[in-house]
Amino acid sequence: MGRLRIFYASMVGKKVVMGVTGLIGVGFVIMHSLGNLLVFRGPAAINSYSHFLKSTGELLWGLRILLIVAVMFHVIAAVQLTLQSRAARPLAYTKQEHQAATVASRTMRWGGALLLVFIALHVLHFTTGTIRPAGVFSPDDVYANVVTSFRIWWVALFYVAVMVALGLHLFHGAWSSVRSVGVSPPSPQPLHHRISFAIALLVWAAFTAVPIAVAAGIVR
Amino acid sequence: MNLTLHVWRQAGPRAPGKMVVYKAGDISPDMSFLEMLDVVNEGLTLRGEVPIAFDHDCREGICGMCSLMINGIAHGPMKGTATCQLHMRSFKDGDTIYIEPWRAGAFPVIKDLAVDRSALDRIIQAGGFITAATGGAQDANAVLVPKESVDGAMDAAACIGCGACVAACPNASASLFTAAKITHLGLLPQGQPERYRRALEMVDQMDLENFGSCTLHGECQEACPKEISIDTITRMNRDFIRGRLIGTRP
Ligand code: HEM
Ligand code: FES
Repeated sequence: MGRLRIFYASMVGKKVVMGVTGLIGVGFVIMHSLGNLLVFRGPAAINSYSHFLKSTGELLWGLRILLIVAVMFHVIAAVQLTLQSRAARPLAYTKQEHQAATVASRTMRWGGALLLVFIALHVLHFTTGTIRPAGVFSPDDVYANVVTSFRIWWVALFYVAVMVALGLHLFHGAWSSVRSVGVSPPSPQPLHHRISFAIALLVWAAFTAVPIAVAAGIVR
Repeated sequence: MNLTLHVWRQAGPRAPGKMVVYKAGDISPDMSFLEMLDVVNEGLTLRGEVPIAFDHDCREGICGMCSLMINGIAHGPMKGTATCQLHMRSFKDGDTIYIEPWRAGAFPVIKDLAVDRSALDRIIQAGGFITAATGGAQDANAVLVPKESVDGAMDAAACIGCGACVAACPNASASLFTAAKITHLGLLPQGQPERYRRALEMVDQMDLENFGSCTLHGECQEACPKEISIDTITRMNRDFIRGRLIGTRP
């Protein structure tokens, strides 16, 4: 425990924790976005996938706890590092021109905060059914929950908008995390984001397809 | 060329500072940026005003003494060069140029554009050395070093410690500087005995100096006059993880 505490005390240690927990998140959103595509194969496909996940009992809870702990550490480290970095430049430049930073890298903090709000609302919406924009919720009929919700234009719009933020977060995060945790091999073009671009595009497209398809009446 | 300069003037470390506008007339495009400032300073001196303080020494890109945030870019618009290697032909007649000091809490302003970069020296003191007794100069090939290690170490050793990485970083992080030093020594056989201890001690000192943390924006690599790669940061993190979690014995 002592070792881990000293590890975390350093900014580099915190950044490594952000990287590891971020990678857990990347793995999760890839699986989740692919799973969602089952909506396109009809109610039976996605509902039986949902039943299968719930039938794993302890395994599902193990994964949920892992994700909750990962998000907690990710957010706490993000806040701590952000405060330290803000304090490191007490007086801003009158003029500063960014040469390499991307829209994605510069929106990690606000985009991350939006994702945190989204995660909370999303769990209350589709997992627990506490928030019911369509007025109905059935724990056994995921398909119906999805379709009734995304028929409401502002629900679909909210999901579509947040997925842009998620795509940006992944574009920078999937690239930076492997560097933070020290595993990416040296590269002649270290600023190229090819793999993270592919991951971000895949996840964004898969997640965005569902609300768009429902709102457009393709999935009903 | 005739230019309008907006220059940060600050009388001393604790004095308040502000941007002051100067006209620079009759500037030759063949002058270096620092020579242009010399000309401006001559004019200020003749008028009985206090000349603008700025750091410089070798004026050929090897000492790391010059600094300056020029129009919002550390070391100005030319890539892979220091401010002293920038020439006025990179600007147009009539241009407005903003000139500011490196801004970071860890780099307090001494006067005007000159800042105190001893925080970087203290990071070096914490671990930027080897303990092997080297004796007299050895025969060049007495210790065989793989080509990739030599190349990587040489690229990192090109760091002149100017602090442009800190200045350009949106977080004012000194990660590229620290990582370059750790990589430079950590890749060579002579640097192996204290490889992991070095990484820990230099990173700890970097933390103590109140620099910011790395978000991997990549600004440091773009600003570096020696174009040192952010791959060194990956290596620093790797050595840090190994040293903290497994131990510092090589
Ligand atoms: C869907 C969930 C999320 C995923 C998949 C994810 C993934 C990632 C990844 C992979 C990184 C890169 C880490 C590194 O460079 O080492 C990262 C960085 C970051 N994340 Fe997240 N994240 C998620 C949610 C959040 C949330 C909820 C916040 C809330 C505050 C957040 C804030 C940040 C910040 C501020 C950074 C940049 C930290 C820095 O380098 O200074 N993220 N994220
Ligand atoms: S004055 Fe020596 S590097 Fe610029």
